[in-house]
Amino acid sequence: MSAVLTQYHRHKGLLLLVAPGLAFFLVFNYLPMFGLVLAFKEFRLSAGILGSEWNGLENFSRLFGGADFPNALRNTITISFLRLLFGFFAPIALALMLNEIRVSWYKRTVQTVTYIPYFLSWVILGGIFLMIFSQSGPANQMAQLFGVSAIEFLTDDFWFIAVVIATGIWQAAGYGAVIYLAALAGISPELYEAAVVDGAGRWKQTLHITIPGLVPTIITLFILNLGHVLNAGFDQIYNMYNPMVYDAADIIDTYVLRRIVLMDFGLATGAGLFKSMVGLLMVVLANSLARRLSGGEQGIW
Amino acid sequence: MVSRTRGEKLFNVFNLTVLGLVGLMALYPFVYTLSMSLSSAAEAMRASLHLYPRDISLTSYRMVLSNPEIVTGFTNSLLRTVLGTALTLFFTCLTAYPLARREMPHRSLLLFLVLFTMLFSGGIVPNYLLVKNLGLMDSIWALVLPQMLTAFNIIVVKNFFQAIPESLAESAKIDGASEFNILFRIYVPLSKPVLATIGLWTAVAHWNHWFDAMLYIASDENQVLQTFLQRIVIENSVELIEQGLVDPNITEFTPETIKAATVVVTVLPMLLVYPFVQKYFVRGIMLGSVKE
Repeated sequence: MSAVLTQYHRHKGLLLLVAPGLAFFLVFNYLPMFGLVLAFKEFRLSAGILGSEWNGLENFSRLFGGADFPNALRNTITISFLRLLFGFFAPIALALMLNEIRVSWYKRTVQTVTYIPYFLSWVILGGIFLMIFSQSGPANQMAQLFGVSAIEFLTDDFWFIAVVIATGIWQAAGYGAVIYLAALAGISPELYEAAVVDGAGRWKQTLHITIPGLVPTIITLFILNLGHVLNAGFDQIYNMYNPMVYDAADIIDTYVLRRIVLMDFGLATGAGLFKSMVGLLMVVLANSLARRLSGGEQGIW
Repeated sequence: MVSRTRGEKLFNVFNLTVLGLVGLMALYPFVYTLSMSLSSAAEAMRASLHLYPRDISLTSYRMVLSNPEIVTGFTNSLLRTVLGTALTLFFTCLTAYPLARREMPHRSLLLFLVLFTMLFSGGIVPNYLLVKNLGLMDSIWALVLPQMLTAFNIIVVKNFFQAIPESLAESAKIDGASEFNILFRIYVPLSKPVLATIGLWTAVAHWNHWFDAMLYIASDENQVLQTFLQRIVIENSVELIEQGLVDPNITEFTPETIKAATVVVTVLPMLLVYPFVQKYFVRGIMLGSVKE
């Protein structure tokens, strides 16, 4: 005991510095975790979190018994899956193409322009796209040029999801490409020199050096993406959707928000807890899978 | 230069063309918005891609800039950005420094406590109730405190601190310097690039955040710009602007031109700063790809 105290005394300067940060994490990160007990209670504002009555799994049976949450869960997974399917390789392709440009100002310009959207909020971007995809907006005018009659981009389930996926890629591909370009810059030039000596053309170099060099980054980002499978993009969807597309576009986060507005905190917490647990499980699973596949070399921890 | 085959030349042309188109597609929504914001009502309603404004009118900007809510929102957003970024930088340094020192007691336990918050969180309802119970509702502290420290920032700064030779700290200690002084006289000045990057990303996040303001801020006088923007461009309540009208008979604008002008006013401060700080943005993306 006294040994510990002596150690504390010797490092009291460091302990003093870490104290506010530690207190912060306990209050703003760990305390809310205990608030998750609400998922198993019938919340009454007057009684508070501790005073509210336990109600077992009542909230969860209401969640899964109703129609809205299963629908939101299904939509969340569908949208996340579509984002992975159409969006995951977009930044990789962009980075590979940028990497082949030998004219540096051109490369820099395209790069800069493509990652600007990442720094703007979805309130701004949503506002812009609601105008562009409106009934009389430029997207429909383009469609008319090709002889297509007006498309209900924002009110038709299919088209709305298509717009969400496409504008999502538009916003994040440039940012993602920067990460892959950094990985490309880390590939040893000697590998390329050796390949040239062996007579490999640019296509062969890309296939046998560049792409394998990207694999660790691809795996890491894929794991992170899997961990976020229940985050279907709240900021974007909330700022673009409307009641006409709830069937296809209502996701867990928008569902939770509407429950909060109705002061149905038990149900909202239950949905949130479910989401956090699945997220944690997915990251752990994906990470161990990546480690196993690569013989312990890859993974995010 | 290496001699090129015909196929490679063809590929180069193809590659440059496709990337040029990608660049144009990335830009178009902004070009459209800028063009609409400068258009007269008649021009805005004309069926067109609006690549440039043909009949220029500044009425929409006059309307937007004379709206008291936009001005209030602008001030509050600026305030939360400055205060939030300053607090984040100060406390991130304070917390990261002991974690970077090998002799720190319980170092790995503390690191785990920090890292675990990246994997699991209480979620929105418990956080909402926490802010409410702490009495932070409808104040700037509700926007600044909950996200002041993040595991990501702390780990990045900690890793940077660790790369600084410990002998510097040791010799300062022998000279009688306190840990606080070692941190702010030796470590912080040596870490300017990483702190600039984190500061900038934090500032952008504060400028862009709207969800916390929507949850926690009830009164209009404390509301941030993104929320007012949301009311105008997302919820379509252009009346908001029209309330500030001197002459209700002005018909030189449409809801669309007002929306576009509001977007431009919100984006402009960021785009003006962007060229000067671009390298820190890119550096921040790199930090994001650092494995822990």
